[in-house]
Amino acid sequence: MHVGLEHYLAVSALLFALGLFGVLVRRNLLVIYMSLELMLNAANLALVSFSSYKNNPDGQVLVFFIISVAAAEVAVGLALIVALYRKRKTTHVEDLTTMKL
Amino acid sequence: MKLEALPWIILFLPLAAAGIITLFTLQNRQWSARLSVGAVVTGFLLSVVFVFVAGWEPRVREVSVNWLTIGEGLRVDFGLHFDPLSLLMLLVVTGVAGVIHIYSVGYMRDDPGYSRFFASLSLFTFSMLGIVLANNFIQLFIFWELVGVSSYLLIGFWYGRTAAADAAKKAFITNRLGDFGFLLGILTVWGALGSLNFSELQEKLASDPSALGALATVAGLLVFCGAVGKSAQFPLHVWLPDAMEGPTPVSALIHAATMVAAGVYMLCRILFVLNAPALEVISYTGGFTALLAALIAIQQDDIKRILAYSTLSQLGYMVMAVGLGGPTPAMFHLTTHAFFKALLFLGAGSVIVVAHHEQDIWKMGALRTKMPVTFWTFMAGTLALAGLWPFSGFFSKDSILEQALLRHHYLLFAIGLFVAMLTVFYMFRLIFVVFFGSAKSGHAAHAHESPGVMVWPLRILAVFALVGGVIGIQGVYAMQFGGEGAGQAAGVAARLIGPWREAPGAAVCGLAAFVAGLGAAYALYAGADKDPLPEKLGAVSMAMRNRFYFDELYKVTVIRLHDGLAAVAAWIDRWIIAGLCVRGIHGTTELLGRALRLLQTGNVQTYAFLFAAGVALVLYFVLGK
Repeated sequence: MHVGLEHYLAVSALLFALGLFGVLVRRNLLVIYMSLELMLNAANLALVSFSSYKNNPDGQVLVFFIISVAAAEVAVGLALIVALYRKRKTTHVEDLTTMKL
Repeated sequence: MKLEALPWIILFLPLAAAGIITLFTLQNRQWSARLSVGAVVTGFLLSVVFVFVAGWEPRVREVSVNWLTIGEGLRVDFGLHFDPLSLLMLLVVTGVAGVIHIYSVGYMRDDPGYSRFFASLSLFTFSMLGIVLANNFIQLFIFWELVGVSSYLLIGFWYGRTAAADAAKKAFITNRLGDFGFLLGILTVWGALGSLNFSELQEKLASDPSALGALATVAGLLVFCGAVGKSAQFPLHVWLPDAMEGPTPVSALIHAATMVAAGVYMLCRILFVLNAPALEVISYTGGFTALLAALIAIQQDDIKRILAYSTLSQLGYMVMAVGLGGPTPAMFHLTTHAFFKALLFLGAGSVIVVAHHEQDIWKMGALRTKMPVTFWTFMAGTLALAGLWPFSGFFSKDSILEQALLRHHYLLFAIGLFVAMLTVFYMFRLIFVVFFGSAKSGHAAHAHESPGVMVWPLRILAVFALVGGVIGIQGVYAMQFGGEGAGQAAGVAARLIGPWREAPGAAVCGLAAFVAGLGAAYALYAGADKDPLPEKLGAVSMAMRNRFYFDELYKVTVIRLHDGLAAVAAWIDRWIIAGLCVRGIHGTTELLGRALRLLQTGNVQTYAFLFAAGVALVLYFVLGK
């Protein structure tokens, strides 16, 4: 069986859907955050597979950049969550509804 | 300095006085009076200088600056117009106003609103001078409204009294009715002729008399509406008697001598617009007003109201004269009337002050010996108004009667004559009751003469009331309008006998009316303690007393109709505009807002879900098709 572009894309779509599902239904901010990372990496996977399919390394280079930026972003995101936890003593989204008037 | 600068100064001095008093000297009574009196007296002196140097027909007929231009067609100037008509009126207005300003210094001396009074009086003088000097319709209309405003301020000067506040509103609103027609008339004239300037209009109509076409009569009558309101002609005459709620100097200046005459002045100024049918209507309106007001006047008991109805009646005379195609007699009568009616009102004011603001003539009496100056000057005014040769009223009234004969309007001549007789009757009724007989109240018994600042203006006006007919006033107006007496070089003697030589019929009839009126008044009122007429005339007298029920008639017709319309308008405003439109929109928006607020849970996941759903929807539309 030849593994082609469509297989990679299918996996990428599955990962993305899984991540979205996690974002929508999980209650813990940390898990939601992990699901978000999953969605990001699904996009990375799609980018890499298109790059390989087109024989153009530009996409793969771009993904390296994305991964390194994402690492920095994770640090910021986690720091925010920790700060929030210290202030509110919770990381459950249903307790964090102050955006409502 | 160029000579043309003088009228600008004359015009704006009173405005400056009014401004300075309002802004700086409200607390300083003396300076307010000084400024106000100074402005108008200086204006009078400058007017004399101007007429003396430039003559009655100055070389420069108009000075104007462009005020605004809208598009191609509408150009409005702010300018001054000099001709015999405006210059003589300038002298009359500043002169009479000056005398009355001085009188007010004494009359209002104990009033807490002293400064406010003088500020309003100065504002009025400015507005009136604006009317007199205006060179175009729009400027005339603006100043026309300004005199309306100052009249409102002064009638309602004692605004604490309900009657005064109501009278002020009544005067203003009744005038608005007339002014509405006036404005439409101005628009009609402008629409048809494309100009607002009096000289240009006159030239256009002179070169093409049918330029107004079918609109001529309508335009003339609409413009006349303005005069009906301001000069208080039937059917808008009801405001003038009520306007007597204002202080007496105001009644003298505004509601007798100058402002109410503005309607007549305006008709003479725009005489070229009026065609024969319009003049016919004008003459009968004037004649009817004269008769109606004179009839009412003979059964009034309030000294100022008698004079007010007399003013109405004389204004009717002037309007009738304009309608008869005689602007010269009309303006002549306007001028002499300004002298003797101002005098009569000031005399009445003098009486009212010593009678401690009692205005009922049946509570006065025997004031002849106690107030000799007031009595003799009042007598002079009465004789002039009654038209006894050789006093001023005789000449002006005679010229109007003569005009009626000249035009073969025998009905109007008869009305004029009858009104002349009634005039003599009610004026001598007033004289007999107030100055003769016995004192009918304590105040009248202990009366004394008014101070000098009040009696000197009376003396000045009395002189003019007596000789006003023979000092050549008619000749000046005739310069403007042509006709008899134009450029009259004749001396005083020739003028004295003029009426007898030219129209002996009218003059004899006039004198006969005087004798008849005097005789009737003497027979009924000499030594009378109460009015004998109500018993003799019964219901007729009641009708006269109640002003022929015009106020009541208007109350059940016009005012009720107006209240009905107002109620409908209020309903529409409350339920359709405010209810449906304003509150409807606001209510719908708020309801939607409340519904949409439910979507704002504050939960991040809800937002994320909506966001994802939105993306899915967009993708469906973009890719799914």
